[in-house]
Amino acid sequence: MIYEVFRQERKGQAFQHAGSITAPDDAFAEAYAREQYGRRQESVALWLVPRAALRHVSDFPDELQKSYHRVDGYSLKAKLKEARERAGTAAPRDR
Amino acid sequence: MTREAEFKEYVQGGGQVETGDWMPDEYRARLVKFIEMHGNSELMGVLPEREWILRAPTLQRKLALTAKVQDEVGHAQLIYRVVEDLGKPREQCLDDLVSGKSKFHNVFHYPTKTWGDVGVIAWLVDAAAIISQKALLKCSYAPYARIMKKICWEESFHILHGRDVVLTLVNGTDEQRGLVQDAIDRWWGPLMQFHGNPIAADSDPMVEWRIKSQANEDARQQFLDGYVPQIWELGLSVPDPALRKDDETEVWQYTEPDWDELKHVVTGHGPKSQERLDLRRRFRDQEAWVRQAVLADAA
Repeated sequence: MIYEVFRQERKGQAFQHAGSITAPDDAFAEAYAREQYGRRQESVALWLVPRAALRHVSDFPDELQKSYHRVDGYSLKAKLKEARERAGTAAPRDR
Repeated sequence: MTREAEFKEYVQGGGQVETGDWMPDEYRARLVKFIEMHGNSELMGVLPEREWILRAPTLQRKLALTAKVQDEVGHAQLIYRVVEDLGKPREQCLDDLVSGKSKFHNVFHYPTKTWGDVGVIAWLVDAAAIISQKALLKCSYAPYARIMKKICWEESFHILHGRDVVLTLVNGTDEQRGLVQDAIDRWWGPLMQFHGNPIAADSDPMVEWRIKSQANEDARQQFLDGYVPQIWELGLSVPDPALRKDDETEVWQYTEPDWDELKHVVTGHGPKSQERLDLRRRFRDQEAWVRQAVLADAA
């Protein structure tokens, strides 16, 4: 069985994918993962997940062009310029 | 543009490929061959050092050497895992290794005559290896590039261990110092062959697919630049009268490595090739019952 191994380097940090191991069962997987990813104290915790249990998603269609979800969906420069002009607060060079 | 041409353009532009992505057959085949040989080399590479575990001069050295051997076998496991995801099962990799169908690196076909060899291997052979491995951090095949991070990290301990062994010996008696010099004299030829013939990067298909990102000669120059001064500063010599760095071009000049020897050795005709493969075969047969018991138990 293939297990994906995730390791946490320090407490509070996100777990990151470290690699995968082949093991006949959970007990062997734990032993192998401890040796591969923990024997130099390089991890404070490991997650072992059978690869078959992972659900892979990699398509993110954006048919509706939902730009309002993103920072690049907001272009304020021109509007701000106009607002400043109306308020009479634009810097002298912009007047 | 064909799908293959698009793929090539993508990897040449720095694009990375994951296991499940579409890839041309040639790319997959080249990856398998290259990565499998790397795995074989990690696995066979422990044998020259293993011979010295029981003869290590102190308990500390014995533990350090054992830890290094464990690291290298661990690398083999990680690397075979990558090969396995590309479609070639680990069992088949091991079968091809022991039958002589696949290859392993030239430096692991030679004997380790003295404790001096152990120091020189861990220092200089690992240094040569880490140069290739660091370049592989940029490999277009992402799963391989990712495990290389861990491998390079562990190799850095090995170089320290090797340097420590070498420094201890050169600070010792004349005889101990002689062990290091003799080992360098014996290992220099294989070390100069290690990075392969100086094929130009633009005619190397491995570079074209960006599996490798470094030309063979660049790796060798980097090795010479980093390590020849370190050898010289210890008052040791390198057995090549032609070796020098050109002041103007800053390129190292050296006697042409023996490429026939390289070819002869990696095809299984090195001084220790068959003995070491025999050992692998013997252990593979001898421990077959463990694999059977473990796998049957898990099923």
